[in-house]
Amino acid sequence: MTINQVMFVLFSVMIIVFSVLTVTSRRILRAAVYLLFVLVSTAGLYFMLNFQFLAAVQLTLYAGGIVVLIIFSILLTSHISQKFEPVGWKKSLFSALAAMAGAIITIITILDFKFSATAEAAREIDMRLIGKSLLSVEYDGYVLPFEVISILLIAAMVAAIVIAKKGGPKKTETQTL
Amino acid sequence: MNTGIPLQYFLILAAIMFFVGIYGFLTRRNLITILMSVELILNSVNINFLAFNRYLFPHKMEGLFFSLFVIGVAAAEAAVAIAIIINIYRRFATINVEDVNEMKY
Repeated sequence: MTINQVMFVLFSVMIIVFSVLTVTSRRILRAAVYLLFVLVSTAGLYFMLNFQFLAAVQLTLYAGGIVVLIIFSILLTSHISQKFEPVGWKKSLFSALAAMAGAIITIITILDFKFSATAEAAREIDMRLIGKSLLSVEYDGYVLPFEVISILLIAAMVAAIVIAKKGGPKKTETQTL
Repeated sequence: MNTGIPLQYFLILAAIMFFVGIYGFLTRRNLITILMSVELILNSVNINFLAFNRYLFPHKMEGLFFSLFVIGVAAAEAAVAIAIIINIYRRFATINVEDVNEMKY
């Protein structure tokens, strides 16, 4: 076994174990920390695939930003020591059956399909190329999705502020009436 | 490049992660844990995009950019979802989906 394979096995075992713990843990804060482990191992997989920039984005944005946001909202909305009541066996059984059926069908399809790679030479992806393609309107440019995502981000920011603003409409309605 | 790891291994790993997320989405009753399951699902899709990009089309960058945009969408989604969750908690004092059953206020 090469070092690559060892690392891949390590990361996949970590991802699968911690994903299962994330969705089954009965303490919500622990579930959030298991999610953090899943995201960090995924960043490791990105490094193995040789996408350094995306691994860094994954670490800062997902593992840094979103998990902190989730932990903050957990602390705002529930007690740390609170434990969920166990899921009913009926719901648990049928959900597991549905998920496993889907997984088995998908895996069979993956193993059955003949993937064919292109013969073209691999391109070295560095930061300069990423920045140029992101803002280019040429054949290989991605300026349209970039603009769309910037509009989405500003809309989401405004929406989050408006929704979470203090003082519900109920109070203002009674005042105007 | 990645010697000794077939493309299928990455795809199977992503499939397992995706359906673990589906299982969590179906069984969880707390809004924040449901959001965490959705993050798992989005993450597994990213692995797929990147593996396809690296193994099948190494001369292109579609997979990289679409994962980048998926991460951006996930961040926006998490921000809005958590704003909504905190607002729900303020009105109902709970974020259990079975106790939150009216939209009118």
